[in-house]
Amino acid sequence: MDPLLKLLRVRARESEENLAAMLGVTPEEVRQRIADYERRGVIRGYRAVLNEDAIDEDTVVAIIEVKVVPEREGGFDHIAHRICRYPEVVSAYLISGQADLLLFIEGSDLRTVARFVSEKLAVIPGVTATSTSFMLKTYKSHGFLMDSPDEHERLPISP
Amino acid sequence: MSTSVCPSLRDRIARHVRDIPRSGIRDFFDIVSTMRDVISLGIGEPDFDTPWHIREASIYALERGATHYTSNLGQLRLRRAICEYVARTYGVIYHPQDECLVTVGVSEAMDLAIRALVNPGDGVLFHEPCYVSYEPLVRLVHGVPVPVPVSAADGFRLRRAALEASWTEQCRVLILNFPNNPTGADLDLEDLEEIAEFAIERDLIVLADEIYGELRYDGSPRSIAALPGMRERTIFLHGFSKAWAMTGYRIGYACAPAPLIEAMMRIHQYTMLCAPVLSQEAAVEALQNSERDVEEMREQYRLRRNVLLRLFRELEIPVAEPRGAFYMFPYIGHLGLSSRDFALRLLQEERVAVVPGTAFGRTGEGYVRCSYATAIDDIIEAGRRITAFVQRLRNA
Repeated sequence: MDPLLKLLRVRARESEENLAAMLGVTPEEVRQRIADYERRGVIRGYRAVLNEDAIDEDTVVAIIEVKVVPEREGGFDHIAHRICRYPEVVSAYLISGQADLLLFIEGSDLRTVARFVSEKLAVIPGVTATSTSFMLKTYKSHGFLMDSPDEHERLPISP
Repeated sequence: MSTSVCPSLRDRIARHVRDIPRSGIRDFFDIVSTMRDVISLGIGEPDFDTPWHIREASIYALERGATHYTSNLGQLRLRRAICEYVARTYGVIYHPQDECLVTVGVSEAMDLAIRALVNPGDGVLFHEPCYVSYEPLVRLVHGVPVPVPVSAADGFRLRRAALEASWTEQCRVLILNFPNNPTGADLDLEDLEEIAEFAIERDLIVLADEIYGELRYDGSPRSIAALPGMRERTIFLHGFSKAWAMTGYRIGYACAPAPLIEAMMRIHQYTMLCAPVLSQEAAVEALQNSERDVEEMREQYRLRRNVLLRLFRELEIPVAEPRGAFYMFPYIGHLGLSSRDFALRLLQEERVAVVPGTAFGRTGEGYVRCSYATAIDDIIEAGRRITAFVQRLRNA
């Protein structure tokens, strides 16, 4: 992977000057490459990785495994795109195993999520089964630990 | 309680121990430890924690009851893994049965090698600036340290001409450490060939300290031991502290022809007995499953090197681009302060710690060592502070 993309995945807020210094290129080149990635849709957006448990807000995240009947043309894509149009669906993946699609759904409370599953998701033609689990606690997200482990100090000067 | 015993006790210390100067690093450490909010570019160890799977290997080993002595040489399983690794990575073949010794870090291995080879009065060549232990270790065996100055003009590489200028009839051993602490310099293949030729001509045994071997930014690990005629006169010294981020494990090794390993073992069996078993277990895991960890850490060091390099270039402070390890050795002599005063004032005025170049030998005067084994945000902030400090010096 382009080292610039690798960096942006963990330091999206870094200044172009600093990114340029790290990569040994000019800030102008960094600017151009980022703009190019954005234009080509390689970079889809930027977000903060939050420790949701530390925010005083009652949202519910459900993980839903969905079984679907693939269509003759378009396979799973057509139905997946349809499901993704709902703003409640924050992530969606095609997976191997028992289920076909794995969805992450966000809602304000249990009832909202339950209603979404029964009234919106399960009734989509081609969806044959759903299995819903609720997220209880996040330990790690996008490579970031939610708990800060104990810092073990290094000697301030060593040979 | 009387304090008058102190001077007489000092007299009881063996002369060659008493005469070893206090380490410049320890000296500076004492000052830094009293201060708060210091960003330290003075740390000679990775800031990364040991990769988890390696730590887990030592936890499992402890659970399984691995709490006993091992063979003096180290577990055969580990020696096999070491010899396979050295063959695969450096292209030198050693036999695990009698050509490999597991030690408590490269520090112990270097000490053993020097003790095994140096008679009182024998000369030991080493390039300077260099790691802090070489000269004292030679003095401890009543050997004669023969520092070979290397210069910024050569990118701190060791050249044959410099070796010839320093060589004396008494020299029997040459220590090599590239990529280098403190300069970040590395040798080209041609340099190694020149040095090998010199070592063969003058019948020197080479102690190749390869501790930074994997942390090369261009090209793959290489050792003088792999050159024709060198395996039989080289002790290959390596360890896990730097590239595997395992400093606290204190685990390293030496590979060499059997008579040399046997000699080192004679000392090791009485002084150390064996390297800690949990560290040996972790080392096996490190050798077998860490290629990506090492690569990932090296890439992080590269980014940080680039940041620090740009800083010094923008400040128009002369600095050789480090080709390996995680140190930079900028020249600050033209700013009107000695290395020590520069480091002291930078610490007091801007709370950034660097190590005076003189800690690595007299030829380090005019330089400071900056380690970039530190979080990139700290390097960026240290850069701001160094810039402010240097501008103040220039305006004064």
